[in-house]
Amino acid sequence: MVGERRRFLPQPTPETQPFWDGVNQGELRLLRCDDCGFVIFPPRSFCPRCGGRKVQWFRASGRGTLYSYVIHHRPVPGYTPPYSIAVVQLEEGPRMMTNIVNCPQTPEAMELDMPVEVVFTPIGEGLSLPQFQPAAGGR
Amino acid sequence: MKPGSVAIIGAAETTELGEIPHTSQLELHCDAALNALADAGLRPSDIDGVATAGESPVAVAHLLGITPTYVDSTSVGGCSFMLHLRHAAAAIREALCTTVLVTHGESGRSQVGRAPFQGGFGLSAQFELPFGAMGPPTLFTLPALRYMKTYGVTEEQLAMVAVVQREWAAKNPRASHRDPISVQDVLDSRMIAYPFRKLMCCLITDGGGALVLTRAERADEFPRKPIYILGGGESVETPMVSQMEDFTTSRAFRVSARKAFEEAGIQPSDVDHLMIYDAFAHLPLYGLEDLGFCGRGEAADFVWERRTAPGGSLPLNTNGGGLSYMHSGMYGMYALQESVRQLRGTAPAQVPKARISVAHGVGGMFAASGTIVLSNQAP
Repeated sequence: MVGERRRFLPQPTPETQPFWDGVNQGELRLLRCDDCGFVIFPPRSFCPRCGGRKVQWFRASGRGTLYSYVIHHRPVPGYTPPYSIAVVQLEEGPRMMTNIVNCPQTPEAMELDMPVEVVFTPIGEGLSLPQFQPAAGGR
Repeated sequence: MKPGSVAIIGAAETTELGEIPHTSQLELHCDAALNALADAGLRPSDIDGVATAGESPVAVAHLLGITPTYVDSTSVGGCSFMLHLRHAAAAIREALCTTVLVTHGESGRSQVGRAPFQGGFGLSAQFELPFGAMGPPTLFTLPALRYMKTYGVTEEQLAMVAVVQREWAAKNPRASHRDPISVQDVLDSRMIAYPFRKLMCCLITDGGGALVLTRAERADEFPRKPIYILGGGESVETPMVSQMEDFTTSRAFRVSARKAFEEAGIQPSDVDHLMIYDAFAHLPLYGLEDLGFCGRGEAADFVWERRTAPGGSLPLNTNGGGLSYMHSGMYGMYALQESVRQLRGTAPAQVPKARISVAHGVGGMFAASGTIVLSNQAP
């Protein structure tokens, strides 16, 4: 990245590859612990709650609520300011960083706790990002 | 740790602070170290323990000509120096070494002799940076809106943190910014990452600091009033701010502070002077609550009512803080330096009769924490 103005791309590891493969195929995938049922994010090969090593991928609903955000006013490769950097509370339990899209990038339009749903945004090179938009039907 | 069994006998910052384009980062460590050693009346050859972050203790020891029997390279961000003090106190008590030098130097502004940010393969690089996050202004700030909504904190109250700290900085000739500012000035300053304006964000400067510690029973051999380490705490939570358990409170703050206060045998009401690492304006609010100085959601009113301002009941960030004094990147060392100055009675904005000072640091973006309780009285 040094000296170049390129978008920062995720660099998957063997443990996280299925998450990003899912995103590129239009699916939000999470892990669930076979032993205690805990839903795990970010991905890893074990459960941080019980220490169990049997974890399974599943397709998440893609629904959640807006937990917190900032509206960045400075340019970053791949983004045009002002744009939101947000954290959503997923229905299944974990939270994840994302952007709120298809919505004015204003505090008035982005109310905390509003329902949001995942959209998969192509960013080139066959890759996508899991972003979120206000849920259809609203609150 | 037995409270007060180890004391700080030397403390100093770099000769210059602010913009130091003619000095490399490693040399800033050494400048601060030589100043702290002179303060203690010692030479490098008197040191047998070295602790540092940001640079390798190997490099620092080598350049200064030190042959250590104790080395600590704990590097968990800007609070690393609080952890170094805690570890050094334990090491001295266990006779792993006798006299420890803790150094910090950072060419945060001029970027002389330091590696550029490489991105990398960490969890944040994979699950945060692809979403247009660009460093602390977009990451450290992320929990604030949730905190503000939960407790009804206004943008004006957030701005007030910066206003009050500027009042402290005005009293400090070494502070980078000393001109008074109003709440409106803060709100009118350039928007960086809503709700954070420029004046709610820390400075980026060059500088350093160093501390020298030894057994308290030796403290009379040295020229300065010894500052006793009564207790310390440390913890970590997450390398990704998005994965904090609760955006309204820092688990690392709570765990670290509780441990330090318990070890020192003190309550918040015993504290005369407080430093809370303020990389951004919301940090003192989280710190005041997580350390137990305020109830949940009460910190913004506490600051608004000028309780932490000059003349208030709880003098906080009396050097002007990272918002107005200086912030090289790993600010924790400067918080410790100000605690030592206050307890020695040599601070530019001196708190009358300060006996107990707490320096509380954060590392990364709510990733880590370290807390040190200091006193100028032997327990």
